[in-house]
Amino acid sequence: MFRPLRIVPHGTKLPFVANRYKAFAFSVVLMLVSLGGLLVNGLNFGIDFRGGILMEVKTDGPADIQSLRNSLGSLELGDVSIQEFGAEDDVLIRIQRQDGSEAEQLTAVEKVKQTLGEGVEYRRTEFVGPTVGEELKEAGLIAVICALSAILIYIWFRFEWQFGVCALIALSHDVLSTLGLFALNGHEFNLPTVAAILTIAGYSINDTVVVFDRVRENFRKYKKMSFADLFNLSINETLSRTTMTSITTLLALLAIYFFGGAVLADFALAMIWGVFIGTYSSIFIAVPLLLYMQPRRGDEDDDADSPVQMPEYERQGAADKKD
Amino acid sequence: MLQFQPWKTALVALVCALGVLYALPNAIERDLTQDLPSWLPGKKINLGLDLQGGSHLLLEVDVDVVVAERLEAIVDQTRRNLRQERIGYRGLGVARDAVHFTVRNPEDLEKARNTVRRIDPETDTETGAGNTIRITLTEVALRDLKARAIAQSIEIVRRRIDETGVREPTIQRQGDDRILLQLPGVDDPERIKALLGQTAKLTFRMVDATASVQDALQGRVPPGSQLLPAADERPGAPQNYVVKRRVMVSGENLVDAQPSFQDGQPVVSFRFDTVGGRRFGKATSENVGRPFAIVLDGKVISAPVIQTAILGGSGIISGSFTVQEVQDLSLLLRAGALPAPLQVLEERTVGPGLGADSIAAGKFASVIGMLLVIVFMIVAYGFFGLLANVALFFNMALIVAVLSSLQATLTLPGIAGIVLTVGMAVDANVLIFERIREEVRNGRTPMASIEAGYQRAFRTIFDANLTTLFAALFLYFMGSGPVKGFAVTLGIGILTSLFTATLVSRLFIVLWMRRSRPSELPI
Repeated sequence: MFRPLRIVPHGTKLPFVANRYKAFAFSVVLMLVSLGGLLVNGLNFGIDFRGGILMEVKTDGPADIQSLRNSLGSLELGDVSIQEFGAEDDVLIRIQRQDGSEAEQLTAVEKVKQTLGEGVEYRRTEFVGPTVGEELKEAGLIAVICALSAILIYIWFRFEWQFGVCALIALSHDVLSTLGLFALNGHEFNLPTVAAILTIAGYSINDTVVVFDRVRENFRKYKKMSFADLFNLSINETLSRTTMTSITTLLALLAIYFFGGAVLADFALAMIWGVFIGTYSSIFIAVPLLLYMQPRRGDEDDDADSPVQMPEYERQGAADKKD
Repeated sequence: MLQFQPWKTALVALVCALGVLYALPNAIERDLTQDLPSWLPGKKINLGLDLQGGSHLLLEVDVDVVVAERLEAIVDQTRRNLRQERIGYRGLGVARDAVHFTVRNPEDLEKARNTVRRIDPETDTETGAGNTIRITLTEVALRDLKARAIAQSIEIVRRRIDETGVREPTIQRQGDDRILLQLPGVDDPERIKALLGQTAKLTFRMVDATASVQDALQGRVPPGSQLLPAADERPGAPQNYVVKRRVMVSGENLVDAQPSFQDGQPVVSFRFDTVGGRRFGKATSENVGRPFAIVLDGKVISAPVIQTAILGGSGIISGSFTVQEVQDLSLLLRAGALPAPLQVLEERTVGPGLGADSIAAGKFASVIGMLLVIVFMIVAYGFFGLLANVALFFNMALIVAVLSSLQATLTLPGIAGIVLTVGMAVDANVLIFERIREEVRNGRTPMASIEAGYQRAFRTIFDANLTTLFAALFLYFMGSGPVKGFAVTLGIGILTSLFTATLVSRLFIVLWMRRSRPSELPI
């Protein structure tokens, strides 16, 4: 068998902690830009949250967007946006929520269908009434808050509070920058986007937990090492794993982005960003921030889950060798 | 380390074998699954509407209408009782879910209260300042009324959908007053929405020949009658009718309604049940020569003059109908009336073209994603990468098996969840392999390194997966439709990958170690 490729060679010692100010500066700028984007542009809520009508139609041959715009524009349905979707004979029509009750929305759908006639294939018709839109918004918010709190409570139980605070900052950093991305690129913010954000949160914390675990382990191993050195060592030791996992996840996501169809592309895009930013924040934000929190070295507590004191396998390994 | 207990080996092997077995039907054409022996699992993954095409409709039952109707009935009865008892009153009507009126003479207050209290046993009657009486439905009555309205609506919706010939519809109650309809294969739900948009309450009543429409239009409607518009809005035809409130026979007494023709015009022919037939016969024989009205949802369809007593228990409804309208009306009458109007709150319809494209794209993306990960794992970890890939294969089989046997719904975001799981599932193996490398570098024996790798990495793997599981869990509870599908596959994928990445890959490594007893690990 060939020799496996090492993406991160053994003994890599990159000065992550020493360069933390550059990373902090970058992140502060990123946060300001994201906040600015959110305040100035806001999120472009899609029909899931705002209510309204979305139709995807396939035309016979390349779509004449301009004439569609004219004919649908004359229906007086308010804001109508028409754009190509994935292919030139595929058109996405978005119609703003109509004033009045649900019945008005349905009438609008019928009007559009009458205007477009029989010559097109209706690939998708979605209509979300004002009531459901509000409910989905609420449910989405609740889900995000609950999931984030559950993750944080878990981290708080699992680690000292100092770690929890750093994880929280890194997590907020990732979520905020993803929101910022959507505010700046103006892509629609829908239910799948919320799903992407929650998955990003899980992924980002996952990365952070792995490095934190190593930090704790090294606390016990190197009792005299300075925090800065110890943190840098921990990051470097887990760097190989961090990059490997990011690469495999990215490979899967790229497959979805390029081949999974136009419906999933935005979802995949959010996740791809999340993998990058989640990996970055674990290395450059979560761990370096620990320097300012002065966590306890942990030699005072718990033997139970101390992974260093496990002589059993040594003994077992020796026993195995004998037979 | 090499002592992987026999029962553990057997268990892992059994789970993997079952996984493959239960996943297998999905690889076979649907027609062929029927030829399989019945003891073999034959369930396939349930495709969501976004993949197989179909319509998702969320309806709301307007239960307030039912409450209002009941209160109106109380108003009518109150008026009659007060007149009978010769009690003067004013301001009788419904306001804020209660019937109100004021008794003119304070001495009659107690008498009035006693007479109205008997009208409906499920009401509370209270007297207020200024000789007012307020009648409200009790909490229990309100709850029952609403619950019955929902249950009845679901039943009627089911009957109407069944009549349209939609295959395998799902009709579920959701929340307090909602009905969720999932209609596979329906890519244009306009007709269904139109069918559900009518309550289809049919009544046969006498036209009030003593009153003139002209007077009624100016607000002088005789008590016990009401002014109703005509369904036929063409000029020339009468636009309004004054119709008695009392119902001779209602649609509830219909047993059948079919489209047919009379004099070349499309009509609906219907048949009453015994009670309805008798009532209709009696009413028509008493009123020969006078017109009666056929009223559907508050509109007069037609008002024919009774030529002779209709005793056979059957008849026809004629009007200015098209063939389609006659078909729909017959369907509605057969299925029965809705207790309250329905409103469409949400619609998501996917045509068969997009569904098929999504499945193709999803499959292609999964295959590409998996291939990329598989190749990368072999490049990065060589032989161990290969083992991780075998674990990944079983992971896929288990996800598919669990989805099939739980009959969970696979949606397009669900496919994304599976692909994502592929990328993240190998993470556990990455953690383990990296650990093993470290232990090897620290000078441990191959066996001790592997043991340490698995043991030390486990806690981290567990933590890392748990956080993603939280996200999946909350998504599941909050999400609707497609997003729920994502949460399901993500959640299942996390659990199965915990199993395959730790136990399955470990079993293979142990089996390999037993055979070849390497002095150095190829990692």
